[in-house]
Amino acid sequence: MLLLAALGLAIVFGLMGVINMAHGEFMMIGAYTTFVVQNAFKKTALSEVYIFFALIAAFIVTALLGLLLERGVVRYLYGRPLETLLATWGVSLILQQFIRSVSWQFVTGLAIFCGLFFAAWWVLSRRPNFERIRSWVLGIMFPLSAAIALVIANLLGQTFKLAITKPWFGTQGVDVTAPAWLRGGLQLGGSQLPYTRLFIIVLTALCVFGVYWFLNKTPWGLRIRAVTQNRSMSACLGIPTKTVDALTFAIGSGLAGVAGVAVSLLGSVSSNTGQSYIVDTFMVVVVGGVGKLVGSIVAAGVIGTLSYVIGSNAIGNLVADPELKSFFEFFATASMAKVMVFALIIVFLQFRPAGLFPQKGRSVDA
Amino acid sequence: MTVKSIETVAEIPQRITARKRRKALILEVAIVVVVALILLFVMPPLLTAIGQGVRVNQLGRFLALAIVALGIDLIWGYTGLLSLGHGVFFALGGYAFAMFLQLQPVPGQTPGQIPEFFSLYGVSQLPLFWQPFYSLPFTLLAVVLVPAIVAAVLGYLVFRNRIRGVYFSILTQAALIVFFNFFNGQQKLINGTNGLKTDTATLFGLQVGSSPIIQGAFYALSVLLLVGGYALCRWLTSGRMGRMLVAIRDDETRVRFSGYNPTGYKVFVFAISAALAGVAGALYTVQSGIITPKAMDVAFSIEMVIWVAVGGRATLVGAILGALIVNFARTLLSEQYPEFWLFFQGALFLIVVTVLPSGILGWFRTDGMNWVRSLIGRPQLVQTYPSLESDPEVVYERETLGDRESDR
Repeated sequence: MLLLAALGLAIVFGLMGVINMAHGEFMMIGAYTTFVVQNAFKKTALSEVYIFFALIAAFIVTALLGLLLERGVVRYLYGRPLETLLATWGVSLILQQFIRSVSWQFVTGLAIFCGLFFAAWWVLSRRPNFERIRSWVLGIMFPLSAAIALVIANLLGQTFKLAITKPWFGTQGVDVTAPAWLRGGLQLGGSQLPYTRLFIIVLTALCVFGVYWFLNKTPWGLRIRAVTQNRSMSACLGIPTKTVDALTFAIGSGLAGVAGVAVSLLGSVSSNTGQSYIVDTFMVVVVGGVGKLVGSIVAAGVIGTLSYVIGSNAIGNLVADPELKSFFEFFATASMAKVMVFALIIVFLQFRPAGLFPQKGRSVDA
Repeated sequence: MTVKSIETVAEIPQRITARKRRKALILEVAIVVVVALILLFVMPPLLTAIGQGVRVNQLGRFLALAIVALGIDLIWGYTGLLSLGHGVFFALGGYAFAMFLQLQPVPGQTPGQIPEFFSLYGVSQLPLFWQPFYSLPFTLLAVVLVPAIVAAVLGYLVFRNRIRGVYFSILTQAALIVFFNFFNGQQKLINGTNGLKTDTATLFGLQVGSSPIIQGAFYALSVLLLVGGYALCRWLTSGRMGRMLVAIRDDETRVRFSGYNPTGYKVFVFAISAALAGVAGALYTVQSGIITPKAMDVAFSIEMVIWVAVGGRATLVGAILGALIVNFARTLLSEQYPEFWLFFQGALFLIVVTVLPSGILGWFRTDGMNWVRSLIGRPQLVQTYPSLESDPEVVYERETLGDRESDR
């Protein structure tokens, strides 16, 4: 599970050096997409296999969002990772609140605003003296279209009342019910392995192989790797670096969406879902070493197992010494396990500061 | 002989700049004192007079937050280390002081009784680490030293391995979550999620939450400590130390190649900034009446960064202004439209990063000044020579040839 989330991040962060704090929110949106798809397929004959459509839909939706983010914001901030971090955090805040308060009224208002503003922008940018009046256009059209949109949205809200002002999702979490064939579990010895987990494991494996294949066997994958290694050289050789950037970012975000589908199978989804995963995934990338898929895979496995082992007090039961036992029992909750894992990570970084599989070469320190 | 004459020639401008500098310093001190006096004696009665008495308390709290902003400016604006974990130090300071207040005897109770929440979890004896907090001097020391030591240890472990940039940010954020979980989970030690309440505690026989004397005193203390923090940061950033910090920010590898070891400087400055956050946490706690693990929220710590970014990085005044402006905007906006604050905040992040990278103060120093100058008909400020900068051909060349997107 952690691996799936970290995979997209490893691509975006490792290959592009861009910190995307909104990654968790993309996961959340993927999960919400699953919810929407599930509701859309509820009455049809396909309701049993909606999950596959949800996967595709989530990938497309989040990839498009990622593309938008890259084109709109991140593009201007390459080479300034700290600023990117802050900007994407801003985006993640907006996305969270958007999910909470989105409603027909809200969407209509937003659509009217965007329509008016960008139409005005487009019309006015035809004028020859556009550069000179640019700031005026911005200063006048922005509040004007915002005001019009607000008024219309309010009018709509008053005429149709609750029918359109009701938020789509609200602040409460929504539940995705797994299709019937994913309920239940596989009997393995004494313990039961739920099918949903199995499904997620298979999904993760598929994604990892897909990404591996894409990066190593396709022409675009080759280009992505080339740009990662040496941007200016690739540009000189005629690789469209900007398209590659956008593509990489979109794929990373799309994978976040797929991870979101998996999250939605595990439990209830709310607008805060993304937040709880983001730091874990970052830890995976840091421990695994930047730019290496293998590192991420191993690190995700190790961290996931460690927190489970410590959290479930497995070591404490193995140790005979009562002092040590009580020590491990102190950490035997999910939150205390996190404390322990973090301490271990810090210790680990003392020995291998660049992660499990560090990149070698002169360009590392640049 | 020639050497001596050169020296004398060089000395004259130096003396002039020294005098100029002293003048500027005196002016700055005067301005700071005046602002502090206004904050101390004019603002509270004024706000009360116009029926906004609540705002005094808010102002005091935001002044406390401005101290954190100073600390963040010190490590981010000057040293280039973006810490997303200042909530830890803030909360540590707050908890230290809240623990002291919890241990103060409540009138009408037998002295030596342990705080009441302990009985909820079946703890009858005070945990060992609470014991020293009976004493005020120790608490005051702890407010400063505990965050500083935590920061120093964490900083040393991280900086020693030359972990920097984004990795540092992520690690501080992870530390934040770790501390959050720790404080949240330990009901028996520090009352878990519920936090420690300070407004019902008593200090010198007066109730902290409702006594106007105590609240007034803490307000004044916030102002004074803010001034003190400003002076400290100003002093740190002006001398050799300040230049070292900026050098680390701009090119750490080169600093290392010149024979300096940046680790010590970074650890030191991180600890100082943590200590400032601790002080701020203590002040904020007593004025808001409670400290909970919520102070270690991920969002709150990143918000601290945005105060600095809005005000202007690497300008101490900007940090203070930014903290005050953003917080007042937040209270005013969320009083009116609670759901829009997050949109606004998100937009603020985007705007500050993309359009206003040097913050309000930075904008004012360059573009704003130019705008004012163009209004009153003075020539624009330029970086090199007017004949170069305003030459139409040079301008044209710069616009069309240099800094195109394809160059990046």
